[in-house]
Amino acid sequence: MHIKEEAIERHTLAVIVDNEPGILARIAGMFTARGYNIESLTVTDISEDDLVSRITIVTSASPHVMEQIIAQLDRLVPVHKVSDLTALGEHVERELALVKVAGKGEHRIEALRLADVYRARVVDATIESFVFEVTGGSEKIDKFVELMREVGLVEVARTGVVAISRGKEAA
Amino acid sequence: MTEKSGADILVEALCDLGVEVVFGYPGGAVLPIYDALFRSKRIRHVLVRHEQAATHAAEGYARSTGKPGVVLVTSGPGATNAVTGITDALMDSIPMVVITGQVPTPLIGTDAFQEADTVGITRHCTKHNYLVKDPARLGGVLHEAFHIATSGRPGPVVVDIPKDVQVATARYQKPGPIQHKTYRPQVKADQQTIEAAVEMIAAAERPVFYTGGGIINSGPEASQLLRELVRITGAPVTSTLMGLGALPASSKQWLGMLGMHGTFEANMAMNKADLIVALGARFDDRVTGRLDAFAPHAKKIHVDIDRSSVNKNVRVDLPVIADVGRAIEDMTRVWKAHQHPKPDLSEWWRRIEGWRAAQCLDFPEDGEGIMPQRAIRALYEATKGEAPIITTEVGQHQMWAAQHFGFEAPNKWLTSGGLGTMGYGLPAAIGAQLGNPKALVIDIAGEASIQMNIQELATATQYRLPVKVFILNNQYMGMVRQWQELTYSSRYAESYSESLPDFVKLAEAYGWKGIRIEGRDQLEAGIADMLAHDGPVLVDCVVEQLANCFPMIPSGAAHTEMILQANEVSGEMDDEAKALV
Repeated sequence: MHIKEEAIERHTLAVIVDNEPGILARIAGMFTARGYNIESLTVTDISEDDLVSRITIVTSASPHVMEQIIAQLDRLVPVHKVSDLTALGEHVERELALVKVAGKGEHRIEALRLADVYRARVVDATIESFVFEVTGGSEKIDKFVELMREVGLVEVARTGVVAISRGKEAA
Repeated sequence: MTEKSGADILVEALCDLGVEVVFGYPGGAVLPIYDALFRSKRIRHVLVRHEQAATHAAEGYARSTGKPGVVLVTSGPGATNAVTGITDALMDSIPMVVITGQVPTPLIGTDAFQEADTVGITRHCTKHNYLVKDPARLGGVLHEAFHIATSGRPGPVVVDIPKDVQVATARYQKPGPIQHKTYRPQVKADQQTIEAAVEMIAAAERPVFYTGGGIINSGPEASQLLRELVRITGAPVTSTLMGLGALPASSKQWLGMLGMHGTFEANMAMNKADLIVALGARFDDRVTGRLDAFAPHAKKIHVDIDRSSVNKNVRVDLPVIADVGRAIEDMTRVWKAHQHPKPDLSEWWRRIEGWRAAQCLDFPEDGEGIMPQRAIRALYEATKGEAPIITTEVGQHQMWAAQHFGFEAPNKWLTSGGLGTMGYGLPAAIGAQLGNPKALVIDIAGEASIQMNIQELATATQYRLPVKVFILNNQYMGMVRQWQELTYSSRYAESYSESLPDFVKLAEAYGWKGIRIEGRDQLEAGIADMLAHDGPVLVDCVVEQLANCFPMIPSGAAHTEMILQANEVSGEMDDEAKALV
């Protein structure tokens, strides 16, 4: 017997939630309990009164499962609103990465040159290392990190995706 | 306004919420609450013998009365023992509030004595849960917990209260109606959707109403409204296990239960229908059978209060997000306003009568022994005048009860459907009897299931509850054995009930009356003896050991592939079928 697989799509969801203890466990746990996939998850308070957080979830699923994911998120008691940014249309996705590179001589110069091409900023420097700050879509950051491997990559820290819809309306 | 301890706030809030009975078991982390209950004397506490039973008793109380069931248990093992019943209530959408004690807040996270991460453990088996760290918030949280447990799709809510919060003082005032900032279930569908549903029903040539537990949850009015909708449309009705009683079993339009152990006519009607109207039912795998062969010719309308139930297992053509009672009321009103005549479904009914003629619930009866189906029918005949409340455990006896006991009204049938929890029936009967002191309450049990919460015999004795337990004793975990016959060439791995107790002596040891029925000639008299005794009675009814429950749709098969009798059973199944539950 073999397990069948379905065609999957990548969606970015914005979930507005009450800022209460356990909310992240509730959401992440629902994903694992129902066998859904989380590619990236970010969460931060976005309100003036510290009462509401925005969670950005990147997930992959078949269209049928995606509909379920949204419905299951929506029925959690502390969830205000779930927006499927991918389905809603054009939106901007950004990630920030801090990339530490160590090396001397030609490698060090090449790292700086590539950083310039990718509009990465130097946020820390020593005689033998740099820390670059780079923002962009996930693919750009993947590519930058891949290039840095050739010139002495030591460590990477990434925020995960945050996203917002284009245009004047809120999602 | 004077300040009160958290424990006193809890008791006062429960009184304000109309709570009359709490099912519980004391322990270190709930001693302040028990003392407050003791002093107030305003709430009846029922002491169970195991926390799991407290949750099932609360479910039985809730399902039979329509009011939320309330449970009070201590921290650690008290809470973890309650988890099975909490999960059961989640799966069957039973309104329940479970109050758990917790170690004092400074000790949380230190692996303190009887500490368990109750909110963590119950996060995925509750509709919502709370850890209350401030006595000033306790009253508000309790009112919100009851609101969430009872509104929308009902379910269990856990409120975890550390011991220091029970002792610390704060002010409490009864809040007004709850306006939750995010939780607002949609109870009424828009007019356009209702109109569309009515047009689809009016245009259908082969419609079927497929009703579920949602109608029971919606209240007895919903069952009355269903009867009217069914009358004016003339369509046949089938139901899930959880929905039995919404339409009287004596109705001419009743096809019996559908699904794995449903009737031939119900499953064939689902398969050949051109319209299925799901009313408060969720297309469970036990109902649909093989999904790609489920109701292939039918358009589907799905009325459900929980949006996540729609398109979960089966794609539907028209979702109606609403309380099912309100939706039925609206559909009936629109149907009448449009002056739709009663459709001519005579051709459809002629086909259904053809399937009915198969008499799929008949069973062979040749030996001296009692066929379990015969025992259920005898019990039904002897008690139907009293409209008894029937609870069950889980297994063959449960399915036989669903097939052979006729239910004429809602809230009379209490069974563990979604989770399938053995040990549910006896505590549920205790809860139902407390909520309905004058009713005849019978737990139809198996000899294996009953042992899972047998300690509750003592609870019934203590509170003088005249519940009846009717064990169909075939000395097997019958449903396991049946599947082993179907799938594993009758290799009976661990399905024999070895070392059974003498149930009559056991009953007597607990202060019950015990009766043994061993042959067909004793059946009616034994049941009469049981009914004549005004205290609790346990009947050990010895039945044919190898009887199996038919009809049956094997797992992974379509509605049209029913096994009607035992001689159609093959011995092995392929891996695809073995992998299905």
